[in-house]
Amino acid sequence: MDERRRELTINAVLALGLLAAPLVALAVDEPFYVTLATRVTLLALAGVGLNLALGLGGMVSFGHAAYFGLGGYVAGILAHHAFNGTPVLLGLPGTDQMIVIWVVAMVLAGLLAAVIGALSLRTSGIFFIMITLAFAQMLYYFMLSWPAYGGEDGLPIFLRNGIPGLDTMRPWDMFVISYGVLLAALALFAMLRGARFGAALMAIRQNPDRAAAVGIAPFGVKLAAFAASGMITGLAGALMADLNGFVSPAMMAWQTSGELIVICILGGVGRLFGPVAGAAILVGFETVFGGLTQHWQLFLGLVLLLVVLFARGGLIGLIAGRQRHG
Amino acid sequence: MSLSLLVEQLLNGVQFGLMLFLMAAGLTLVFGVMGLINLAHGSLYMIGAFVCAVVAGWLGSFWLGLVAGLAAAAAAGAIIEVVVIRRLYARDHLDQVLATFALILILSEGVRIIFGPFPLYLSVPDLLNGTVSLGIVDYSLYRLALIGVGLLTALGLWLLIARTRLGIRIRAGESDREMIAALGVNIRALYTVVFALGAALAGMAGALVGAIQSVQVGMGEPVLILAFVVIVIGGIGSIKGAMVGALLVGVIDTMGRFLLPRAFGLFLDPSQAMDVGAALASMLIYILMALVLILRPRGLFPANG
Repeated sequence: MDERRRELTINAVLALGLLAAPLVALAVDEPFYVTLATRVTLLALAGVGLNLALGLGGMVSFGHAAYFGLGGYVAGILAHHAFNGTPVLLGLPGTDQMIVIWVVAMVLAGLLAAVIGALSLRTSGIFFIMITLAFAQMLYYFMLSWPAYGGEDGLPIFLRNGIPGLDTMRPWDMFVISYGVLLAALALFAMLRGARFGAALMAIRQNPDRAAAVGIAPFGVKLAAFAASGMITGLAGALMADLNGFVSPAMMAWQTSGELIVICILGGVGRLFGPVAGAAILVGFETVFGGLTQHWQLFLGLVLLLVVLFARGGLIGLIAGRQRHG
Repeated sequence: MSLSLLVEQLLNGVQFGLMLFLMAAGLTLVFGVMGLINLAHGSLYMIGAFVCAVVAGWLGSFWLGLVAGLAAAAAAGAIIEVVVIRRLYARDHLDQVLATFALILILSEGVRIIFGPFPLYLSVPDLLNGTVSLGIVDYSLYRLALIGVGLLTALGLWLLIARTRLGIRIRAGESDREMIAALGVNIRALYTVVFALGAALAGMAGALVGAIQSVQVGMGEPVLILAFVVIVIGGIGSIKGAMVGALLVGVIDTMGRFLLPRAFGLFLDPSQAMDVGAALASMLIYILMALVLILRPRGLFPANG
């Protein structure tokens, strides 16, 4: 149980550290770092979504950028129509209310993940990886070549969407919103992992035949997890678009899918706070090495390669010791 | 829309498909024999194109550049196999994806450091410049040559796998690796050879396509993803499947981009038809892939039963 306690300590350190970083930044009047912490938070949120499919369910989705980007476009398109006062579809108006945008983003991302999941889960292993990648590319090329919402140039969000009672234009408020959503998603992840659903999902990952033999239908459980995973990543996309004030097909590009996997792995796959650690490492790496050399991705690649070859438990695994994840 | 334009687009589709085949053949061989998913295959395509462009610039000969590009990609493939890939065969697919994703980052930045951040240009060799008359259409001689090279390479690959000792070993490695190791075949060396062969094919495709596109960092990944679509459609591990899938993807993608905007033009106004048609055309091959998956989840030509 010592390892378990060590992981809990790491989780507490990560949660408090992520909260403390922007407070320190505000104290020394460096609002840029508040936004950077918000970026970490939202990438971690997207990672929590992927961790549900990848870590608990063992479904290696190389296409989660699709849900991330879809969430982003929901925020962008609804705000665009609210700004212009034009209807989105069938007379429905746009909106600049974050909460409404979140709900729409989660519903649409969940539906998309359910459709893609239903098709992709007919296969497994290497096929699944390639197919999820290919579906994400399909969406990417669609947004790239469809000019209604900016096409290749992307779509700006001129006024950040709002929440009653908060000033989302202030970096600190935006951070608090993102942090709150991340904590909620982490709580949901922990709850699902502890529930019968999570147990079934992990059983299927470890041995689908045995799970089926005890009466768990693998397809339904995996599909539900995949859809929920897409919803969380879609929510992260909607918030990220608001943070950046901009959404473009790049959010859906295959590199984004790769980064999300990297976030899950660097931190420790299947661990509750794995994506938080992973996102912090990735953004930290980008900020520190990106400032030193324009070739920082070379070093990221080397570190990633070393982690995969020699430190398979990720950062949390390295500190807390390797346990069977889940 | 004239017939000659249609034929020209059809030939473009075949040419595109055959270049995709060169990429997909390497991927599918490596998966079939070693069970490895290699995302860095697109980087080998890029290395082939860059080395070809630079050597052709130095020596003034496209052909020497092509040989150099092919050799560089094969050498890079062999080195990567020995240093990194070899450690991944026993790992799960997630580790393979991550490690080869890391290789993409390393190789892309490496190429940027060595060759500079700007795109290079590679011109079509003088011998193949201009067009040739095919009766109803004047077609680019270079693209026609690419079709010829693609077909010859496919034939050569088939001969290699069906008719040579190396081919027998590759096929034996696909069906039972323990057994052929027990029979005294040096399986590690065989894996390196197969990987280098796939790399050489990718490098050749990169060098050949480099003369009709710009040679730049990141050029490999879009082709890599299309090659994935190809082998998912064709069936992973099957060379025949890769050929059929590549031609299907090449022709459908090219014809879709050509025909769909015109088809929508029949009942939409021109600018709207262009937008809708182009957007749909870009999704067409993925829709094809989804259909194949629904009807035949293991692809058109499943390799092992």
